[in-house]
Amino acid sequence: MSEQQNNAELLKITDLKTHFFTHKGVVPAVDGVTLEIPKRQIVGVVGESGCGKSVTAMSILQLISRPGRIVSGSIRLDGKELVGAGIDEIRELRGNKISVIFQEPMTSLNPVYTVGRQVSEAITTHQQVSKQEAKQRVIDIFKAVGIPEAEKRFKAYPHQLSGGLRQRVMIGMAMVCRPQLLIADEPTTALDVTIEAQILHLMKQLESDFGTSIMLITHNLGVVAEVCDYVYVMYAGKIMEQANIFDLFDHTGHPYTKGLLQSIPKPMAEKQRLYNIKGMVPNLLRLPKGCRFCPRCEFAMQECHEHEPELYDAGNQHLVRCFLYKNGGEPA
Amino acid sequence: MAKYIIKRVLISIPVLIGVVFVIFFMLNVVPGDPVTLMMGEHIKPDLIEAFRERMGLDDPFIVQFFNYLKNALQGDFGMSYKLKREVSDLIFQAFPQTVKLTLSAAMVAWLIGIPSGIIAAVKQNTLIDRGFMTFSLMGVSMPVFWAGLLMQYVFAYKLGWLPVTGYKTWQSFIMPSIVLGWSSAGTIARLTRSNLLEIMKNDFIRTARAKGLRETTVVVGHALKNAMLPVVTMMAIQVSSLLGGAVMTESIFGIPGLGRVAVSAIGDRDMPLLQGTIIFTTMLIIAGNLIADLMYSVLDPRIRCE
Repeated sequence: MSEQQNNAELLKITDLKTHFFTHKGVVPAVDGVTLEIPKRQIVGVVGESGCGKSVTAMSILQLISRPGRIVSGSIRLDGKELVGAGIDEIRELRGNKISVIFQEPMTSLNPVYTVGRQVSEAITTHQQVSKQEAKQRVIDIFKAVGIPEAEKRFKAYPHQLSGGLRQRVMIGMAMVCRPQLLIADEPTTALDVTIEAQILHLMKQLESDFGTSIMLITHNLGVVAEVCDYVYVMYAGKIMEQANIFDLFDHTGHPYTKGLLQSIPKPMAEKQRLYNIKGMVPNLLRLPKGCRFCPRCEFAMQECHEHEPELYDAGNQHLVRCFLYKNGGEPA
Repeated sequence: MAKYIIKRVLISIPVLIGVVFVIFFMLNVVPGDPVTLMMGEHIKPDLIEAFRERMGLDDPFIVQFFNYLKNALQGDFGMSYKLKREVSDLIFQAFPQTVKLTLSAAMVAWLIGIPSGIIAAVKQNTLIDRGFMTFSLMGVSMPVFWAGLLMQYVFAYKLGWLPVTGYKTWQSFIMPSIVLGWSSAGTIARLTRSNLLEIMKNDFIRTARAKGLRETTVVVGHALKNAMLPVVTMMAIQVSSLLGGAVMTESIFGIPGLGRVAVSAIGDRDMPLLQGTIIFTTMLIIAGNLIADLMYSVLDPRIRCE
């Protein structure tokens, strides 16, 4: 990769392996993930529950708790290596240059402190500002993320706010230090659809207003289609397909991605049973030999059971981990 | 807040009356005639009868109860049969010693229990954790009288650092409060540890870490306040166990507190005195619970606004 291209990358994850060392054995939750997030882009990471998308994201900030740990690989933010960096260095990034929004707005805020206090803590941890100034900035960010009566809400406790408002508080907390990268881990999963649309709109707006790159983790391809520029599809700890948003939907490569797309309910279509990918996500302790998806794949060939496919180039930055694309371009 | 306090105080009145009734009833059915106890055994039966009548002991139980209640509400708990003094005087004389003992024991329990619970939780499954938990298990399992005697043997008799018994100097309160506070410290340490570990699994702890807070700030600033809620309740419950433990501790260390008054009242079948001490202790426990509830609402905003 040339130097120029490198400059456009904000975050570059190379061959990341994060494993959990349980008493039953080693669980390779993230097993050699390579992923790039360019500046000012929204990158989606999609997959079923337990495919390793959250663990990938949490590895960036080293928020992996025991018995998990990053085994190997590299995570570079603006060229600076994060794997193996000291905890103080990582702490300096958390909430400052890289911040996170979690899935559960109902439980992600501390119930015994006011939301204002919790958000201003994010400022005072990283910057030397007076209490008054921090408060003003919190109120400003509350207004920016669309919290009505921001001054009043500053003194509210989490239980006094609705789920949508709490998620706005979380977004405010994440944005208050103007991070370079926002990791949104299923930010709308716990919210109802109207709120979901508002939150997604807000995130898109923040991306254009603040120039923040966003890593959006979700299992919802509808959400991806709404906001993402580029998408990674993960399965059992590996990237299965990566493409820009148009290629992913128009020239879907991997059978797994096709399955995911077919599983979206289509309200307008004729009434029929909802498609689902047969079988279940494999137990990471006993991964199949060969391709991880082949036990569930309609197109599985002899080769798939024996060898693990690489990511094959299908052109236009579209990579597919499937033997169908061994010869590039259109499926063989 | 003031409204809440008033409500709680009002609610505790029927509780108190109920407790008085139960105590009064139980002490009435206990064998042993107070008059014989007071006057000795070789007294003419007609004298005894006359005295019974004068004391109102012939009245039906319920009349006796209401008379007692009426007087008690005016602060008159009757006369001690044995000591021939006002029960309230005796209680107020003994009360300060017990308060001194239980408060210093509570201090021992909190100052040792909470920090060791925190350290054990942070260093979960290490030698430090095991050490603290063994120490607290010893506190919970060792009876007060055994620990008391051991300490007296080592620190007073062998080493001569502290007085064996007594209550006049602050040094004489060191051993009793450690002995009494130790078991509470053990309970509090275990509870703090398990709650803190539970709270540390919460999503908001991850949020706190993701903000870039130091681990100490995460534990002490964000987890501890949540983890303290059940501990505060436990402290209130322990007020009663401390007062109960004080009975034995006072006897071992020769402190003339409420516990010793109660013990000697039992030995003497001195019903008014016993009733008085139990009722007074009950009031202390109710007050302890009230304080705990108020602390609870200070700690937890979800309770405050209701």
